[in-house]
Amino acid sequence: MSNVSTEIKPTSFLSFKELKKSLFTAVWFMILTLPIMVIKVNTIENTVEWHWNRMVFVGLLIFFGSWGWRYLLARREMGPRPRKAESERKRFNLTAILMERKQVRTPTIIILAVMVIVFPFISSMYQTNIMITALNYIILGLGLNIVIGLGGMLHLGYIAFYAVGAYSYALLNYHFGVSFWLALPIGAGLSAIFGILLAIPVLRLRGDYLAIVTLGFGEIVRIILENWNDFSFGPSGIANIPRPGLFGIDFSLPQVTTFIYFIMIGLVVFTIFLMIRLENSRLGRAWVAMREDEVASRAMGIDIRKNKLTAFSLGAVWAGMAGVVFASKTTFINPASFTIWESVMVLSIVVLGGMGSIIGIIIAALIMILLPEYLRAFSEFRMLLFGFLLVAMMVFRPGGLVPAKRKVYTFPQEEAGNE
Amino acid sequence: MSESNCILDTRALTMDFGGLRAVDAMNLKVCEGEIVALIGPNGAGKTTFFNCVTGMLKPSLGTIVITMPDGQEKEIQGKRPNVVTNYGLARTFQNIRLFQNLTVLENVMIGRHTRMKAGILGAVLRNKATKEEEERVIYESYEYLKKLHLEQHVNELAKNLPYGAQRRLEIARAMATEPFLLLLDEPAAGMNPQETRELDNLIVKIRDTEKITILLIEHDMNLVMSLSERIYVMDYGKLIAQGTPEEIKHHPEVIKAYLGEEVDA
Ligand SMILES: Nc1ncnc2c1ncn2[C@@H]1O[C@H](COP(=O)(O)OP(=O)(O)O)[C@@H](O)[C@H]1O
Ligand SMILES: [Mg+2]
Repeated sequence: MSNVSTEIKPTSFLSFKELKKSLFTAVWFMILTLPIMVIKVNTIENTVEWHWNRMVFVGLLIFFGSWGWRYLLARREMGPRPRKAESERKRFNLTAILMERKQVRTPTIIILAVMVIVFPFISSMYQTNIMITALNYIILGLGLNIVIGLGGMLHLGYIAFYAVGAYSYALLNYHFGVSFWLALPIGAGLSAIFGILLAIPVLRLRGDYLAIVTLGFGEIVRIILENWNDFSFGPSGIANIPRPGLFGIDFSLPQVTTFIYFIMIGLVVFTIFLMIRLENSRLGRAWVAMREDEVASRAMGIDIRKNKLTAFSLGAVWAGMAGVVFASKTTFINPASFTIWESVMVLSIVVLGGMGSIIGIIIAALIMILLPEYLRAFSEFRMLLFGFLLVAMMVFRPGGLVPAKRKVYTFPQEEAGNE
Repeated sequence: MSESNCILDTRALTMDFGGLRAVDAMNLKVCEGEIVALIGPNGAGKTTFFNCVTGMLKPSLGTIVITMPDGQEKEIQGKRPNVVTNYGLARTFQNIRLFQNLTVLENVMIGRHTRMKAGILGAVLRNKATKEEEERVIYESYEYLKKLHLEQHVNELAKNLPYGAQRRLEIARAMATEPFLLLLDEPAAGMNPQETRELDNLIVKIRDTEKITILLIEHDMNLVMSLSERIYVMDYGKLIAQGTPEEIKHHPEVIKAYLGEEVDA
């Protein structure tokens, strides 16, 4: 394996052997997709149409696709390691410089803050709404990151907590007229309780088993919401949920959208702030230790049960808050908003961004939500593109867009030694 | 070895895996300040014995009594590992189990977990007490690294360390839990002779300066003979001999067990 990869040079990819491989793949795909791409039954005239030109497209696409894919793979395999590491360090240093040096960090943050503040005033309400959705997914991503990125537990029912948040606001408001601002902590609290309820039965499960049970949990919550008409009004959902207010001021629709945008910004900043604190705390380290090696972390005196409970319930808190905001933004919720696909979406954001990486998850959430909105033309292929993107990420950048970095500590002796 | 200062005392400790009796009525005592070795052919049940003592496994029969430094006696069989660690027993693993993607310092900081207090609120509010605790733990962890000559690796990821250093990091991490009894499972496995000699000195130093009693499983007979004051020998889950290194060397049962293994191999 290793001597093969050292033999391959980028130029050798023009060789007959490599071209032949791609050719075979292309032909194979052409045959494979023949029934769905080429043969078409015209039901009106009862004739069979043969779209041979499509076969040519498939062939060309797969030929160059597979060739490029293997080229990239090989380059990754043999890429001159030391030089690559160096360039990577340089690239990382850019973010490091932006974030760590005070003279640079302060202006960066100020510029970012100005951009964030100005955004709703220079863009349309439609764009602000999309941005609110993206911000909501940032919160969901960061919340799920506690369970998956730090705790290492594959949680596929996360969206259930989002539903708990949304429904707690909608129902409390419907029955008792509870306001948005009161519902926010209540929704978060109820979600946390649901998090604990879920965590108790899954304390002993790991990996695939945990994934299956959490998946089931998410579906159970949705199905209950769908069928318990007296409680949740079933599939028809709850309408006329009030938007958030502020001292009884009468907002116009664009104004209230801007207001929600700033609430979301506040929540995101609050979340990031807490995540950074959690990450490098006794609790955060215990989560990461559990992710790295459960047996060893038990031997280090970490109470795994408590650890899992805190991870699940704290993770749920953010989904609950995001859910309350979601309900107030759309003013209408029904169970269809809380399907397994939403869980998968949030999971993709965490994986794409980089497990445990706050910046990565923010970027991934923006990409995953904003890109499809601005590439409406591709909306049909959205899932296909996501799938491809995730596979490519796993192969070429398994750590995510911005892989998580461990905190570096400095000690007087060390510095003296380096200088 | 006097009865009064025994800090670990297992009585008829037995562990069954289905039909297999991996540990069979083991009686083993460790006294304060000793270095005791537990030896035996592969598959004798040594690691399983450690797992029972440290709470990783719930023994089928028997009792494990520890005497804490304050004189308090406790039965710990079946207690969860984090509880046992909290009492003051720490261990390393035969197949290294570091937190691979964390830095060397963070590995040791996690070892400090039981000796820290901060909870969720502390982490979120980061009040004065939490901040001070955090700073103290960083400092203490660095001190543990220095004791095991790992300070030059402080910010490296654990998985990138050379093998010998990984073994030492496991010891540092275990020491960070402030044990009174340290259980080492084959600490010299995979080390070269030079590293093994250094380890020998380190273990003695840990016992002498840190006042930590040591129970170790080891295959390297030179290390065992030079290091330990008493030796227990296991074969097929049973205790077949115990005594000083001199006695063990000439014990007929031990010679038979080890010769038997060589014939098998
Ligand atoms: N979790 C387990 N389940 C079943 N059998 C086990 C388990 N752990 C150890 N054993 C068996 O117990 C015996 C003793 O193993 P072990 O304690 O690892 O031996 P040693 O550490 O002395 O080499 C072996 O036969 C091993 O296969
Ligand atoms: Mg063993």
